Amino acid sequence: MSLETVPKAIAGPSSFIDDRIGAGNFLKRNLRKVFPDHWSFLLGEIALYSFVILLLTGTFLTFWFKPGMAEVAYDGSYAPLVGVHMSEAYASALHISFEVRGGLLIRQIHHWAALLFVAGMMVHMLRVFFTGAYRKPRELNWLIGVLLLTLALLEGLTGYSLPDDLLSGAGLRITQGVILSLPLVGTYLQFLLFGGEYPGEDIIARFYSIHILLIPGLLLALISAHLILMWVQKHTQMPGKGRTESNVVGAPFYPSFMLKSGAYFLFTFGVLALLGTFAQINPIWLFGPYSPADISAGSQPDFYMGFLEGSLRLMPSWEINFLGYTLPMSVLIPALLPLGLIMTGLALYPFVERWVTGDNSEHHLCDRPRNNPHRTAIGIASITFYGLLWLLGANDWISAKFHISLYQTTIFGRFAIFLGPALAYWITYRICLGLQRNDQAVLSHGVESGVIKRLPHGEYIEVHVPPADDIAAHVRGKKEIPAIAAGPDGDGVPPKAMRTPLGRLRAKMSRAYAADTESISLDEAHNGHHDGHHDGNGHHAPAEVGAGDRKSIGH
Amino acid sequence: MNSITARRRHPLARYAVLLLALSLLGGVYALLAPGGDRADAAIASGRADDVAAGKDLFAAHCASCHGPNAEGTSQPGTASGPSLIGVGAAAVDFQVSSGRMPLANPGPQAPRKRAPEWVNPDTVRQLAAYVQSLGGGPTKPSLESVDPAKGDPAKGGELFRANCIQCHNFVGSGGGLTYGKYAPPLNPATPTQIYEAMATGPQAMPVFNDTTITPEQKRDMIAYIVSVREQPDPGGSGLGRIGPVTEGLVAWIAGISLLVLAAIWITAKKRQVNHD
Repeated sequence: MSLETVPKAIAGPSSFIDDRIGAGNFLKRNLRKVFPDHWSFLLGEIALYSFVILLLTGTFLTFWFKPGMAEVAYDGSYAPLVGVHMSEAYASALHISFEVRGGLLIRQIHHWAALLFVAGMMVHMLRVFFTGAYRKPRELNWLIGVLLLTLALLEGLTGYSLPDDLLSGAGLRITQGVILSLPLVGTYLQFLLFGGEYPGEDIIARFYSIHILLIPGLLLALISAHLILMWVQKHTQMPGKGRTESNVVGAPFYPSFMLKSGAYFLFTFGVLALLGTFAQINPIWLFGPYSPADISAGSQPDFYMGFLEGSLRLMPSWEINFLGYTLPMSVLIPALLPLGLIMTGLALYPFVERWVTGDNSEHHLCDRPRNNPHRTAIGIASITFYGLLWLLGANDWISAKFHISLYQTTIFGRFAIFLGPALAYWITYRICLGLQRNDQAVLSHGVESGVIKRLPHGEYIEVHVPPADDIAAHVRGKKEIPAIAAGPDGDGVPPKAMRTPLGRLRAKMSRAYAADTESISLDEAHNGHHDGHHDGNGHHAPAEVGAGDRKSIGH
Repeated sequence: MNSITARRRHPLARYAVLLLALSLLGGVYALLAPGGDRADAAIASGRADDVAAGKDLFAAHCASCHGPNAEGTSQPGTASGPSLIGVGAAAVDFQVSSGRMPLANPGPQAPRKRAPEWVNPDTVRQLAAYVQSLGGGPTKPSLESVDPAKGDPAKGGELFRANCIQCHNFVGSGGGLTYGKYAPPLNPATPTQIYEAMATGPQAMPVFNDTTITPEQKRDMIAYIVSVREQPDPGGSGLGRIGPVTEGLVAWIAGISLLVLAAIWITAKKRQVNHD
């Protein structure tokens, strides 16, 4: 039997299936689907595979977890809590940790997977943002992604509260406070959610249903939609040799990408197993059972909620009393404003950018972040905003461990939250332009070869060589940022829509968004024979790249 | 009869009566008042030469800030210390045995540090006896009253969560306070020092006297603190036992970094296209 013929044991069942559901045709079309190769394209899979592991470990935990708030006296094997009264939920979480075989390991893997799920979503989202991969036709998938992130935060919040330990209770209390602070509906919502006064006896069971049924179901559906859309729309690719808007250069799904993706699942699982084994997470037995009267120093939420903790800590105590009603701005603003800014900003960005640039064309090639400096600067400014809030959510530990006065960290934060993003924006913008000029220099002058030559008259020069083909092609992938062709200084009278105040603003923003980069063109570059110094007199010549192009270092 | 009658108009007579009344009042109070015998008992228990030796130690190591008679000093611009009259032997034992006193330099809070060479159980006892002799105060607890083995850690844990963790954290890892002060970690503190801290309320800490928390309850709390800090972390490294802050750091620095490295490794080898 040759290698070409299919063994009967395989051929029989597969043609049976093929005849009935026609899977062969589907597979033939899709198994060879090409996926581009870039390490950053795997970041989303951290979240995907963490989610798979979350489902598996979560199912394991449900076998023993009791989502009840009935009071029981602990009689398990953890001595420092024996006889202490606690909720059924907390007792069963302790039971999972200390008596169920492998329970603590699975609990820890579940919690680490939750952290990596959200962290993986974040790095994936940043990759998509900074490369402009959210542009047409992928805006809907970007929106699904923003929705997934929001749901993941809710999923994390409900899961964090389930063990009913003292730390999770602190988070629950803040959640309740935020709900109460909502004008008009706050009190009603609180009673609705908690089934009465805080904490009541319902909340754990309700969070349990939300945590194991409702949100995972939504997540599963949206993740499937996310993947199907990605499959149908095909993956974006980095600019490079032979890559165009109408092709995808990479490896076929089967066998190459499937193998790599499968390996990456094992890597994710491996890292989670390592963390679950060697790094203790959420040691609920140390926290003790929840009691609304107790609170601990250093009560922080999991990292993805840290920015809300930080904004709450930074906010001055401001409240408005109006006709006998209290509007607690010190809770309302920090709880809703940063979250709203970040999530709404994320959701709207593709549409705002399209409106500003007037760019209605499809994009399948990614931008390098430097080539769209305003977008990159907005991204870094947002990261700075988020990061500062996140950092200052731990200001008590910063104060205790680095011996900085607590109030100084608060005062620093109140200024930095406004100045930091602005500064980050400006610095990032300048760095992006600098990197673009560097690209220009690489194309026009070549790269340093490391070969030093001594000329007959004694001068030393370093020989420059043209960049490698693939690097040059990657660099040349830069595209001009489109701008709407209208404005008072354009040709003739601008169209009617551009003469309204909004239209003028749009034109102004559009010009600014594309400004600066158009002057750093890769097609024409500085002539390379003036000692490598930019003399700024605008002496341009077509790119001349060759071994003879050299840069003097002798003087 | 005549001698009293003759002298009752004497200019000093009114002072004699006042003195008699005062000593009568004081004597009755001393006999009846609860705990009034504590200072005397402390002096009696510490040998008289302890007090004398303690006074010398005090003059050598403490008086520059606390004043020659422990009355405290407060000169702006120079090192100054509070009055030590009435702080008791427990306060002296806590501060000196933990190295907090003598202070190395003035700041928001005296840090725990290695005690200077002259500090040993004997000198601390002498110093404590001297300060105790000045105005009484809480005394050093007996070894039995701080023995963790005799306490109930579960009861102590409930008291610990109700009274201590606001500042010292769930497991006594410490925490930040305002104006540069902080609640120190409880791990290096001995059972005696934990007791003394509750009884005397050093620095930013409130006093938990015997009516707020009874000596038995204090022993339960000590039992909880000691049992939790000695217990190994069943889940691996405890990450400093400070909760989600270090967990988040580990998730990003170890978790995401390892997975990014894995992604770079996996995609490093590009597929070679064969044109055949």
